[in-house]
Amino acid sequence: MSQVFDRKVFEEIEKGRKKWEKELEKIFASAPERLERFSTVSDREIERIYTPADVADLDFERDIGFPGQFPFTRGVQPSMYRGRLWTMRMFAGLGTAKDTNKRFHLLVKEGQTGLSTAFDMPTLMGYDSDSPRSRGECGKCGVAIDTLKDMEDLFDGLPIDRITTSMTINPPASVLWAMYIAMAEKRGIPRKVLGGTIQNDMLKEFIAQKTFMCPPEPSVRIITDTVEFGTKEVPKWNTISISGYHIREAGSTAVQELAFTLADGIAYAEAAVERGLDVDDFAPRFSFFFNSHLDFFEEIAKFRAARRMWAKIMKDRFKAKNPRSWWLRFHTQTAGCSLTAQQPYNNVVRTALEALAAVLGGAQSLHTNSLDEVLALPTEEAATIALRTQQIIAEESGVANTIDPLGGSYFVEALTNQMEEEAWEIINKIDEMGGMLSAIEKNYPQQEIADAAYHYQKRIDEKQRTVVGVNKYVTDEETPVEILEIDEELERLQIEKTNRVKSERDNKKVQECLERLTEACVEDRNVMEPLIDAVKNYATLQETCDVYRKVFGEYRDPGIY
Amino acid sequence: MAQGRRIRIMVAKPGLDGHDRGARIIARAYRDAGFEVVYTGLHQTPEEIVEAAIQEDVDMIGLSSLAGAHKYLFIRTVELLREKGAEDIVVCGGGIIPEEDIPMLKEAGVKEIFTPGTPLGVIVEWVEQNVKPR
Amino acid sequence: MNEVVEKVVAGDVRTVARLIRDIDDGVPEVREILKALYPHTGNAYVIGITGAPGVGKSTLVDQMVTHLRKRDKTVGVLAVDPTSPFSGGAILGDRVRMQRHSMDQGVFIRSLATRGHFGGLTQSTRSAIDVLDAMGKDYILVETVGVGQDEVDVVKSAHTTVVVVIPGMGDDIQAIKAGILEVADIFVINKADREGTDKTLSDLRLMIDMDHKKYEEGSWKPPILKTQAVFDKGVKELLEEIEKHGKHLIESTGGLHVRRKKEKVRDELVEMVKSRLYEEVVNRLILTGEFDRAVESIVEGKLDPYTACDDLVIPKLDL
Ligand SMILES: Nc1nc2c(ncn2[C@@H]2O[C@H](COP(=O)(O)OP(=O)(O)OP(=O)(O)O)[C@@H](O)[C@H]2O)c(=O)[nH]1
Ligand SMILES: [Mg+2]
Repeated sequence: MSQVFDRKVFEEIEKGRKKWEKELEKIFASAPERLERFSTVSDREIERIYTPADVADLDFERDIGFPGQFPFTRGVQPSMYRGRLWTMRMFAGLGTAKDTNKRFHLLVKEGQTGLSTAFDMPTLMGYDSDSPRSRGECGKCGVAIDTLKDMEDLFDGLPIDRITTSMTINPPASVLWAMYIAMAEKRGIPRKVLGGTIQNDMLKEFIAQKTFMCPPEPSVRIITDTVEFGTKEVPKWNTISISGYHIREAGSTAVQELAFTLADGIAYAEAAVERGLDVDDFAPRFSFFFNSHLDFFEEIAKFRAARRMWAKIMKDRFKAKNPRSWWLRFHTQTAGCSLTAQQPYNNVVRTALEALAAVLGGAQSLHTNSLDEVLALPTEEAATIALRTQQIIAEESGVANTIDPLGGSYFVEALTNQMEEEAWEIINKIDEMGGMLSAIEKNYPQQEIADAAYHYQKRIDEKQRTVVGVNKYVTDEETPVEILEIDEELERLQIEKTNRVKSERDNKKVQECLERLTEACVEDRNVMEPLIDAVKNYATLQETCDVYRKVFGEYRDPGIY
Repeated sequence: MAQGRRIRIMVAKPGLDGHDRGARIIARAYRDAGFEVVYTGLHQTPEEIVEAAIQEDVDMIGLSSLAGAHKYLFIRTVELLREKGAEDIVVCGGGIIPEEDIPMLKEAGVKEIFTPGTPLGVIVEWVEQNVKPR
Repeated sequence: MNEVVEKVVAGDVRTVARLIRDIDDGVPEVREILKALYPHTGNAYVIGITGAPGVGKSTLVDQMVTHLRKRDKTVGVLAVDPTSPFSGGAILGDRVRMQRHSMDQGVFIRSLATRGHFGGLTQSTRSAIDVLDAMGKDYILVETVGVGQDEVDVVKSAHTTVVVVIPGMGDDIQAIKAGILEVADIFVINKADREGTDKTLSDLRLMIDMDHKKYEEGSWKPPILKTQAVFDKGVKELLEEIEKHGKHLIESTGGLHVRRKKEKVRDELVEMVKSRLYEEVVNRLILTGEFDRAVESIVEGKLDPYTACDDLVIPKLDL
């Protein structure tokens, strides 16, 4: 035990506090406090001041410790940013695979250390560009991938054996991953060396982002297939990026984001253990993805609490022995929902603050939003400013000079404890419901988020929360921002390309592959090998996803408001 | 009977993007303003929305889109209403809509576009002033 | 007016939709239209589905529609959701679960709000049923939340009333006993994929058996079915059971025109007279200001409510 504060100290502090408060009362008697209630973005009430009394039980070893040591409050690696900076990973993807490929080459030249792909809506939902459901959406907020040909064009000329690739994809994650592996193997690069991440987190889709295809149970089954395959075949790949980002974007509070994300992680780990995998074989490949919102300290506390909680979950609940299993490694994106269409240049400042919180919270990689994100897809210039923001934080501000600079702050430690405690409560509730799958079925997280989102919007409308340029400091003038337009021709061209691929492939072979995939689905065998075969023979995204839909059924929006 | 007219609104999410935070919030705000709201749920085609709107005899359709497909989706909705002789149903849009697309959408028959940051109160007031319950 | 009647009978969706709106909004002119439509009614089979919030009624209705469509039957759906007592508004969320039928011309779905109709809900829903009936729908499914008396009354106009419960509703079964039991022709335990299904089944069975005296020889004893609406399990069996109940109705009443059976007609007419009286009298009293004046007098202690009521009603009714 290494109690941080001595009991005797508290009496002194209490005395001092009383004296100070008396003084304050005098001041506030003539001019009251600026606000009736001081609270965070999540509407958590914040005290006037924090003292050792707020962290009375703090134990250095148990609660804080050193970076790289249990419970990892201060960071997962011992060296943190003294060794290597976080990965500056910017999301890119627009139009056709060829367009995005150009952007990728540019980003690599600019010094970006990892690629991140955004797909268009039809791809995200498992539809080909020529599906009636895809009308008007092809290439709109990401790149369209229908067949392996598109994947080949997307990574043409890029050193995929050396860079890592992150693919933001969920219901069809297994298919896109199969395409990536197939593409690499065709270039003579073995699976074993491939590094990257697929988001592959369906639970948060049911909870928040609503990109869904099959019902929750079979969705988790397919995910478990990828976890199993990754563990055995593609050991450097992160097979799930357990995401709180979208939960927050859907309007949750910081604690809800924390709790629901960890509860999702528990569900995936349970499924993998049930499959017969050893926790220490797969857990090190789980990664996380959090939102970094505007409330600076609350966010930092959230990241610290998340690390501490996951370490305990892995060690105590899953009995993991490998310290790597205890690590909560996470990617962060600044909060898209905090940006405003009004006075868009203010967004640069918001993003900088959010990025700073992520860095002080010990993120492993970071995406900073572009100032025009709420208006349309980012232009090249806006995306560059966003990247520069990270570079300035990293190399000019000095915040990366020491590890966990806020560790030991009365306020931050108290907040970290408080958030952890509240998040455990939510996780316990979910456990009582029988785990995340049943909680989702009961619409528990969906309802909680809907309530929080409405509450937040109400507070803004009633001006209890300031949003600069929206409900305060409003100006009439419009700031012209350059906007990126996606060519409407693109849809036609993409459909033509896919039709060409379809006419040139061996259709009989494709049918055989799809049948084998169907069998694997029905007979509960791992889908990955049949998938890789199918896409190598140029089966389309939708053809493979239709197999899933047919075998497992389609999930429809329960419409919680 | 003898209830008097009540404004009926359909809140619809056309297209594939699943960002329904805005749609859900506005549905609640409409309810709290005393309107009857029919929510379609996610991933609707314009055809499905228009058919539902006619069956439900709504006075207005509020469309929400955040993934850049608004041009096709919004305009198609207005076209279909016209084809079915239901052009009296007011169509409004919200979400991430670039400023320069707005004139074109309005030209096509979308009555109003609410961009991010518009207070709920402003939207509700607009509806009260511009949508007559038959 | 004739044009409207013709269009409804011809199945014109827009006309039907607008007519139901007029009924709901209490437009007096619809009465004449309803009179003219009445001869065109009596061909649809009406199924009421009721139960506590969230038990899966809409999901069940959605699946029933799918099955009925497979048999080439046309379907009308009326889904009633509660109006918010605070704002008078409502979010009508049932449609979300059935929206996949939106493009099917053989299906008409309409969401209605309870609107605090003072018994008028029953009236307007019944009229809406008549409209869908006249429109030619083979089946009409009416979903209501089985909480208030009003909502329970609504399903009384059905040929077959299905009461939906879910496993583990121990206390709620008591509540059912108090209210919905007598309206149930069929019990459904939905979400039978969940634990406690068998316990609920035996609780329900016990309850029905205790009431057994009520069921004389040859009368219908409500069966209990297990369903899993989301997984489309047990829905086919439910429709078969409904069909059986329909046959029973024909045998016991000599025709499917149950809604023209004496008791039903009496019930419905009482309802109709009640709401018509209410509407005529109260509206007039409100219009002339008499009602508010009476309220004031009671508040000021000048008058007791009994006398006030007599004063208001007797002259209007010529009693
Ligand atoms: N586990 C399980 N869930 C079901 C089943 N049937 C419906 N549900 C779920 O229960 C929830 C409520 O379903 P609804 O059909 O909206 O229920 P409802 O009774 O119409 O609800 P209200 O109209 O709000 O009263 C949804 O999330 C359904 O997916 C079932 O058989 N099993
Ligand atoms: Mg319902």
